[in-house]
Amino acid sequence: MNQINHHLTDSLLMAYSAGSLTEAFSLVVATHISMCDDCRARAAAFDTVGGQILDDDATEAMSESALEATLRLIGGAAPEPRTPTTRRVASTFPLPLQDYVGGDVEAVRWKRLGGGVRQMILPTSDTASVRLLYIPGGAAVPDHGHRGTELTLVLQGAFRDETDRFGVGDIEVATEDLQHKPVAEPGVACICLATTDAPLKFNSLIPRMLQPLFKI
Amino acid sequence: MTEIDATSGPAWALEIAAIRDKQDQAAFRRLFLHFAPRIKGFLIKSGSPADIAEDCAQEVMATVWRKAAQFDPSRASASTWIFTIARNKRIDVVRRERRPEPEDLPWGPEAETDQEDALVLEQETERLSKAISALPEKQRRLIQRAFYGDLSHRELAEETGLPLGTIKSRIRLALDRLRHEMK
Ligand SMILES: [Zn+2]
Repeated sequence: MNQINHHLTDSLLMAYSAGSLTEAFSLVVATHISMCDDCRARAAAFDTVGGQILDDDATEAMSESALEATLRLIGGAAPEPRTPTTRRVASTFPLPLQDYVGGDVEAVRWKRLGGGVRQMILPTSDTASVRLLYIPGGAAVPDHGHRGTELTLVLQGAFRDETDRFGVGDIEVATEDLQHKPVAEPGVACICLATTDAPLKFNSLIPRMLQPLFKI
Repeated sequence: MTEIDATSGPAWALEIAAIRDKQDQAAFRRLFLHFAPRIKGFLIKSGSPADIAEDCAQEVMATVWRKAAQFDPSRASASTWIFTIARNKRIDVVRRERRPEPEDLPWGPEAETDQEDALVLEQETERLSKAISALPEKQRRLIQRAFYGDLSHRELAEETGLPLGTIKSRIRLALDRLRHEMK
């Protein structure tokens, strides 16, 4: 695993553990956790909190036949054997993302946005949209401010903005007060997984015209 | 090793192992009597009508049986593992959404649970449980509401006041060992 410097926030990890994130946000969180054992351990710590809340909770009596009904659901079947999971074949996209794309990076159906920038919107059931962005080395991502929270996870290459450098596995959690100008580092194209829980507002005319294309 | 209390975490882990190894129905019954009413209560507090909560609690317990071999006490206590099944059930049934899951860590057929790791994790879980009980009422209510799905990530304060550092380090160690074994 490469060095990851930018991680998920506690509030995102706790909401993911509690199951209250949108599907789009959950996808970005699950993809980062797939790349980052530190956040995997933090998420598991929050799951432990959930377990304690479940265990301490006031009980609600089950119906009298509940145990028999459950045994009927099981139907006498033996527990499933533990199937050894094999190491993922080296790929750019972790498995939860491949589920949505239908494969690794070569399966992406890119749409051009101009300036060499491309995107693919991934289908989720909720209003927040999640998309893959392809930014050629040295190119800028359209300048935008945020309403709401925006997550940007780097899958290939790197970008820089006013705050720092973001390489593979790094996630930027941007809130409304951040006005930033992310620029892909020269060299290999930067591919990111990005989501927001509010429409982006662009600061200049041309990107505003692009906004319908972003479908956010 | 210290003596194991019949309703403690390590005891539940042994019951799950008995289901995995011997399809032990008595062990399942004890788990059911403890956890099913708690799962039902948890789902009702999360906004489920009582009849749906009852059905879901049964399905969660059936999953506990089916997936007993997936349970790894060096990475999660029994209550934690059962919570994650109940939570996923809630997302599936109540919200009708998918919950993208991180990819599984690779583990081979030979990967055996480290008993020492499992015991230390239980102790840490116990310590965390005490710390949660000791939190001021208002803060504890907030954390409960978060896990009932009442609060969005934006409503969750960055500082939860939860002492998660040590348990996180334990889980991290177990992950490191797992990765090392797979090399
Ligand atoms: Zn991380």
